[in-house]
Amino acid sequence: MLQSIKQQPFRAAVLMLVWGWLLFLVLAPNMLVVGASVMTRDPSTFISLPLNLDAYRQLFNPLYLDVFLHSLYMAAMTTLVCLLIGYPFAWALSHVGKRRQTLLIFLLIVPFWTNSLVRTYALKLILATNGLLNSALMSLGVIDEPARLLYTEGAVIIGLVYLLLPFMILPLYSVFEDLRQDVLLASHDLGAGRLATFKNVIVPLTLPGVLAGVMLVLLPAMGLFFVPDILGGSRNLLVGNVIKNQFLDARNWPFGAAASIVLTLTMALLIFAHRLSKRHLGEEGA
Amino acid sequence: MRWLSRSYLALVYLLLYVPILVLVVFSFNDSRTGYNWGGFSLRWYESLFSNHAMVQAMWNSLWLALTAATVSTIIGALTALALHRYRFRGKKVLNGMLFVVMMSPEIVLAISLLGLFMLVGLKLGYVSLLLAHVTFCLPFVVITVMARLSGFDERLPEAARDLGASEFTVTRTVLIPVIMPALMAGWLLGFTLSMDDVVVSTFVSGPGYEILPLRIYSMVRVGLKPEVNALGSLLLVFSLVMLMLSQWILSRSKQ
Repeated sequence: MLQSIKQQPFRAAVLMLVWGWLLFLVLAPNMLVVGASVMTRDPSTFISLPLNLDAYRQLFNPLYLDVFLHSLYMAAMTTLVCLLIGYPFAWALSHVGKRRQTLLIFLLIVPFWTNSLVRTYALKLILATNGLLNSALMSLGVIDEPARLLYTEGAVIIGLVYLLLPFMILPLYSVFEDLRQDVLLASHDLGAGRLATFKNVIVPLTLPGVLAGVMLVLLPAMGLFFVPDILGGSRNLLVGNVIKNQFLDARNWPFGAAASIVLTLTMALLIFAHRLSKRHLGEEGA
Repeated sequence: MRWLSRSYLALVYLLLYVPILVLVVFSFNDSRTGYNWGGFSLRWYESLFSNHAMVQAMWNSLWLALTAATVSTIIGALTALALHRYRFRGKKVLNGMLFVVMMSPEIVLAISLLGLFMLVGLKLGYVSLLLAHVTFCLPFVVITVMARLSGFDERLPEAARDLGASEFTVTRTVLIPVIMPALMAGWLLGFTLSMDDVVVSTFVSGPGYEILPLRIYSMVRVGLKPEVNALGSLLLVFSLVMLMLSQWILSRSKQ
């Protein structure tokens, strides 16, 4: 070690900086969360001994279990809607001419670069009781009284879909781009109809893209606490809202940490499924 | 079939962009209620800039984004170079940690960093924000630089070494010029990510250092604020310029 520092001081300095940063600001904090989740709540130092699993038990308290299941339901609906909109969209996008495709992809990334808080707020302008959508529907004579759109479960799902749709479309687009025309032609030549080709060829080949999209949408859809804060009212909370409340208001760190570990485990599970589907495809393709 | 798929694309883009357009149009609306058109006006832009706390938050955010983007570009570039060129123990672990940062939900990163700062007794404010922002920008810079390095002729730095250049000189005179476009693009992305972050900042900022996204957050939680339309429109134009700049840099370097 010492010798290598003397021989290549620059290389050693680079590696030390990089390792230092990641160990201190990624590994250590994550270990800390795991540790905090099995400790006891303490009003002055936040966490203290003894070790126990109370925080995990508290997750199954009916009050919180309801919030978790409701959050999971809203996240699942968001993911489903994104998939239903995004799948045909990605297919259509991959069939546009190359030059125009560049522009369309650019238009898809713009939201990623713009303030998501501001865009959520823009939805509020549209969904509010005397907002644009209600005024438009009333002047068209579709409804007589303004409908209650804001502060509903639907508003939260709309907000999440609006923010996360590009994250579903981009991985789907990349698998559709890789989908080779000759495979589809072969399926056709072998006598498969459109439906059979879709079911037996297109769906399995685009599955890694679907899983990648699900991963990129489902998890943020449980964490983006500002969406229900702005659009959902107090009854449509996400896991993210629970974690935020436990850390910043209730000061119950073990419980907040346990909730976030549930999120992390969900992520790990999805990544594992994604890897598996890719490997599966790789073996069959070879 | 063709027109059907085209109109479907158009419809989805319309849905994505209508709220943004509404926001921009309403930022010029003279009406206070915010729903009815009351004539063209710049009053919300004026009230924005006459609000001292708001202007201060703007400067704070700009300074934070500037420094976070710069630090993350430097560390990210060095990380990418190390991953690309050096063989060392634990390379997979390093890669894994970057992957974890990128994939884990922002809120998990946020609470883990809050825990760390509390544990070591760091006062929440500019420094804690900077450390957090650099950390979540880092993987994006690494990926951008790695992509640039992937098609790079390895014999060039080898030749420089054979001619007697030290590793530092090789990096400075051979490698940095090659990855320059990626560095600029990564810096712009980091700057934008930092300017827009709400989730992580909510946890690691302190009362002494107010930044723009958190100010917007506290404004929009209670009802509608026309000033937010103006501020949002400004941020939108700003991000668009950054994005176009970065695309231009990357596409020019490919030719």
